[in-house]
Amino acid sequence: MSDVMAPVKERLANRPSWLAPLYAGNASAVIERGFRVIRNANWGVIATGFFEPVLYLLAMGVGMGALVGGVPGPDGREISYAMFIAPALLATSAMNGAIYDSVNNVFFKLRYSKVYEGMLQTSLGPMDVALGEIFMALFRGLLYAVGFLGVLGVMGLVTSWWALAMIPVALLIALGFASLGMAVTSFMKSFQQLDLVPMVLLPMFLFSSTLFPISVYPGWVQGVIQALPLWHGVELMRQLSIGFFSPMTLVHLSYFAGMTVLGITLVTFRLRKLFLR
Amino acid sequence: MPVIQAQNLTKKFGDFTAVDGISFEVAPGESFGLLGPNGAGKSTTMRMIGGTSLRTSGSLTVLGLDPEERGPEVRASLGVVPQQDSLDEELRARDNLIVYGRYFGLPRAYLETKADELLEFAQLTEKAKAKVNALSGGMKRRLTIARGLVNEPRILLLDEPTTGLDPQARHILWDRLFRLKEQGVTLVITTHFMDEAEQLCDRLVVIDHGKIVAEGSPQALIREYSTREVVEVRFGSARNAAMEAELRGMAERIEVLPDRILLYARDGEGLLEQISRRGLNPLTSLVRRSSLEDVFLRLTGRSLID
Repeated sequence: MSDVMAPVKERLANRPSWLAPLYAGNASAVIERGFRVIRNANWGVIATGFFEPVLYLLAMGVGMGALVGGVPGPDGREISYAMFIAPALLATSAMNGAIYDSVNNVFFKLRYSKVYEGMLQTSLGPMDVALGEIFMALFRGLLYAVGFLGVLGVMGLVTSWWALAMIPVALLIALGFASLGMAVTSFMKSFQQLDLVPMVLLPMFLFSSTLFPISVYPGWVQGVIQALPLWHGVELMRQLSIGFFSPMTLVHLSYFAGMTVLGITLVTFRLRKLFLR
Repeated sequence: MPVIQAQNLTKKFGDFTAVDGISFEVAPGESFGLLGPNGAGKSTTMRMIGGTSLRTSGSLTVLGLDPEERGPEVRASLGVVPQQDSLDEELRARDNLIVYGRYFGLPRAYLETKADELLEFAQLTEKAKAKVNALSGGMKRRLTIARGLVNEPRILLLDEPTTGLDPQARHILWDRLFRLKEQGVTLVITTHFMDEAEQLCDRLVVIDHGKIVAEGSPQALIREYSTREVVEVRFGSARNAAMEAELRGMAERIEVLPDRILLYARDGEGLLEQISRRGLNPLTSLVRRSSLEDVFLRLTGRSLID
């Protein structure tokens, strides 16, 4: 009897020993599953994630904006209130999407839907599953970012070609949050603990200079906010939206690069705890 | 050389010891059973064999490899049928087979043919496009087994394969498993059904509280731990206990269960006659051959299914 698995087994037999328990080099199979599910899925569910920032933009930017009038932009010149918050909403929606996928979805699939259990009965390793799922989270983030940027374009809220760079930056923000989120999920035991996540995210959304500049706070509060990731995402997006850069641009980018490295390292260490009992 | 070798295999969850230092070997082509009540540690043992549960101590090799150190490579040769179906509910029946095969790194062209072959094997050809949730319990079980065969495994791990199935579906499944065995696939089966163990297993270990309490072929275990026949008598739940004294000494061994009394003897009909000659008229009586159920009762003092 010929062994259909012979080529796979040979490949796996040659894996270095530190990778052998974790990674089969086949994350693409997890991604393939993701796309097959999207093809069968209800697009309505996916679309809700797109509409949320659009609704915020209409209510706050256009509605409230009529009361607020102009505000100083990143380069000091005055911009409309809608232009001020639009990039912040894009950064926030990248964060929310990534967290939703890497915390809620991963937790549900781990404990209830048994999708990962099925995957790990095959020659996939935990790292294949994690990489595949992070990729799918980024793909979803990409869809939202492109859609939202399209809306901004139509509404005339972007004034620079640099705004196109908001898409890869949205992915970077999503990657940072997704990897860290998955690491956090590995410590979660119940849905009650999952409820703590919005308690962190909501204040971060409200106070990270999303809806008003942080100059309204006393210095020490500003310091706390500047230590948190969303502020860097918001500021970075805001700079890109009008094509204005400063040395801080590099700081923001480095913050997310560092966060991604930290998140992925943590996830790798927690993979066995996350997926194996 | 054995395909699975476990030595002092132990798994603790906090203070709870689920698997308590068990040792066993499985030979190639053998059909090996892990028999025990719910919570005995069978499923945990299965998960350790597949490398998805990390052992606390002891050693374990599957096809000469440590599943903890080379999980993906070990699982390339394994088919896993878990106790609870882990089918992908977001995919249709046939896609479940194809996607699962892709997880093994198998080529798409191979899987297109293989999926149809497996659907036929599982008698699900007409259900190829059905959603998983639209399938009956028996169909889901068969699809799960079909899925476990997509990589043509050398070892098939079946965790409670027929729990929740109706008798007809069980027999279909047993028939499929026999065919696999004929093809040389090694079967490792956990079950708490005695008839299933007797039907399917060449050899089995009886597990209780994470420990192996007996090992052998079904026939050998029955010979060793029970008599040839068993008489079951019922006097009504209020009187069963009181009748024990009357019956004592008539049989080699006597077990009083809440609803009935079991009398172990070589000649069941003879014993039953004796009982009625003494004027002890049970409400119902039954003579049957000893089964693994009796072995388990003898070994643990409890019945398997509470």
